[in-house]
Amino acid sequence: MEPLAATSPPDAAVDDDGELTRLHPNYAHALRLHAVLAAIPALTAALVCEYWLADQELLPAGLVAGAVLLIALALVIRVPQSRYNARGYQLGGDRLRVVRGLLFRSDTVVPFGRVQHIDVDQGPIDRLFGIATLTLHTAGNHNASISLPGLGEPLAREMREEIRAHIRRESM
Amino acid sequence: MSTAQRTAPLSVAIGAIGAVQNAIFPAVAAALGTGIGGSGLLIGLGVGIAATIIGSAFSYFGWRRTTYTVGDQDIRVESGIFSRSARSVPYERIQDVSLAAKPLPRLFGLVAVKFETGAGGSDDLTLEYLAAPEAERLRQLVRERRDDDPARTPDARGEAPHEAAPADTMLFAMTTRRLLTFGLFEFSLAVFAVLGGLLQYADNLIGADIWNVDLWRVWFEEQGSTLAAIGPNAQAAGAFAGVAALVLIGMTTGIVRTVLRDWGFTLTRSARGFRRQRGLLTRTDVVMPVHRVQALVIGTGMLRYRFGWHSLRFVSLAQDDAGESHVVVPFAQMDELAPVVGAAGFRLPDEETKWQRASTRHRTDAAALEAAAFALLAIPVALFAPPGFALIPLGLAVVMVAANLYAWEFRRLALDPEQVFMTTGLFAPSTSIATRVKLHSVELAQGPMARLRGYATLHLGLAGGTFAFAGIPLAEARAVRARLLSTIAATDYSRIEGGAEPARDHALSDAQPGFSANLRAT
Repeated sequence: MEPLAATSPPDAAVDDDGELTRLHPNYAHALRLHAVLAAIPALTAALVCEYWLADQELLPAGLVAGAVLLIALALVIRVPQSRYNARGYQLGGDRLRVVRGLLFRSDTVVPFGRVQHIDVDQGPIDRLFGIATLTLHTAGNHNASISLPGLGEPLAREMREEIRAHIRRESM
Repeated sequence: MSTAQRTAPLSVAIGAIGAVQNAIFPAVAAALGTGIGGSGLLIGLGVGIAATIIGSAFSYFGWRRTTYTVGDQDIRVESGIFSRSARSVPYERIQDVSLAAKPLPRLFGLVAVKFETGAGGSDDLTLEYLAAPEAERLRQLVRERRDDDPARTPDARGEAPHEAAPADTMLFAMTTRRLLTFGLFEFSLAVFAVLGGLLQYADNLIGADIWNVDLWRVWFEEQGSTLAAIGPNAQAAGAFAGVAALVLIGMTTGIVRTVLRDWGFTLTRSARGFRRQRGLLTRTDVVMPVHRVQALVIGTGMLRYRFGWHSLRFVSLAQDDAGESHVVVPFAQMDELAPVVGAAGFRLPDEETKWQRASTRHRTDAAALEAAAFALLAIPVALFAPPGFALIPLGLAVVMVAANLYAWEFRRLALDPEQVFMTTGLFAPSTSIATRVKLHSVELAQGPMARLRGYATLHLGLAGGTFAFAGIPLAEARAVRARLLSTIAATDYSRIEGGAEPARDHALSDAQPGFSANLRAT
């Protein structure tokens, strides 16, 4: 399990070359489970298609289902780990940096002083793996909310408290 | 003061007139549908009267069931005939109170009062309709209540003298001559779209299938043979007359629309903020508090830019009808804009400003990608169209490359100690100016191409607008971000916004004296 001490000391700097804090390892598993759930309808459709094509004798048997299965396997086995590796965050004394994206990278910094409110969400799968999503809301049109998924649930709550402490007189 | 009040009783009359208007179409449809002769007319009349009565009844009960209460903390509106809704808006969250008088209510001396909260569009609280003096009183009251906000420090309050301080200064006004010039540049062929719509409507009504190609071809062939018979000179004259008519119609439309919208345009600076009044038939009156202005956008058009005409918008959470930022100066020369920019607490870029350009790699990639799109288009054209046509997309590809290479010169970004500047646009350069402390987040985004070539798009979180600059070299982008963040993080939100954006109004309870020039100015 991830140590709680991962929250940085208040004077920690956020810099572009600094090492990103990795997310909870269970996040990769959660992503994988999401991928499996998403693959099931596609595979079912492929099998139905296969069944229907078997009568027509147009394509060799197993071509459609096989192709879909290969893609699904890649999405389940390879991609979640890459996505997990691509994500990370840096918690500074006065700002949070969130890095995400495999093909389309995005690297966002939110100063705590601009946070409007903070959410900690847990879906059913998140609960299964003991992780949570921390979402910071800002007033800007772009990046109106910045979410950081895949934090250990206790850590997410601790980060929320820490960020909240920086928002002056916030009445949540 | 905190008793529930109704809107003006005359609103019912306006609702009833609206009901008559709404009844016309069903009545005509019913009359035509049942055969125009004899009984059809009666049926149509009956439907019309029934629709009018129902509409008026709804209007009456709607009025009966709508009340508003001006409380100590908020304004509450309860409404709804069958399903009731009660909405409360705290004073601190009201961005501004705008009054709009459409032609009909204006005849009765009524205005619609809109409390803009930044929730946007139809989510804003609107009271339709109040008598003009009552509306003005309500507006003053909202301002006073906001001033009484205990969070305001004595010195801030001292500087915002209580209400209707007569020291209003006129910042900008449109003369009739200016309005007409503006109208010429607002050239629009929208009237043809309207005509097209009407034609389609007529199509349903008269049964002539106007989208039937054959019909038009026959018509054109008939006309074509007539044209061919009259000789080349007459043809040229005809074409010229056609184009001239088109230009005339476009200009007339532009002038009419502009006059309707911007007649009597005035922008004044009062103790509380900017006040804009405009409109010929529908008169609107909007107040914008200075500290709520997040950024400025100076825009122009391809043609009007050649004559030095520009427009100025204030980016804030409150918006004009179409979801656009408030236009504060629609059409003026740069030297007329400068005082307004200054009054809003912004500075225009000058010679000292150190501009940064986008990466030349980004320039190359953008040009290559756009050219490639046209080059690809040339393939099917070459295959299927008559020979020679493929040269058109190829020529366009070359034009795109040239435009991209040249436009790069005009895409610039600059930082000064308090602001961020950005200009874009080759033919109609527009400039955005944002206050650094009022930004909310900074993002560097990179697509696959950008990562390969080492540049990024800089997105700044701006309340009520967007601010993005593409193709800065990664190292520079990071440096810019670090500089911006040092400003943003140094100031807590509660300190910079006297009245702040909707969600953060709790935070303003410790607004500190003398913090920003903007706050002080309010």
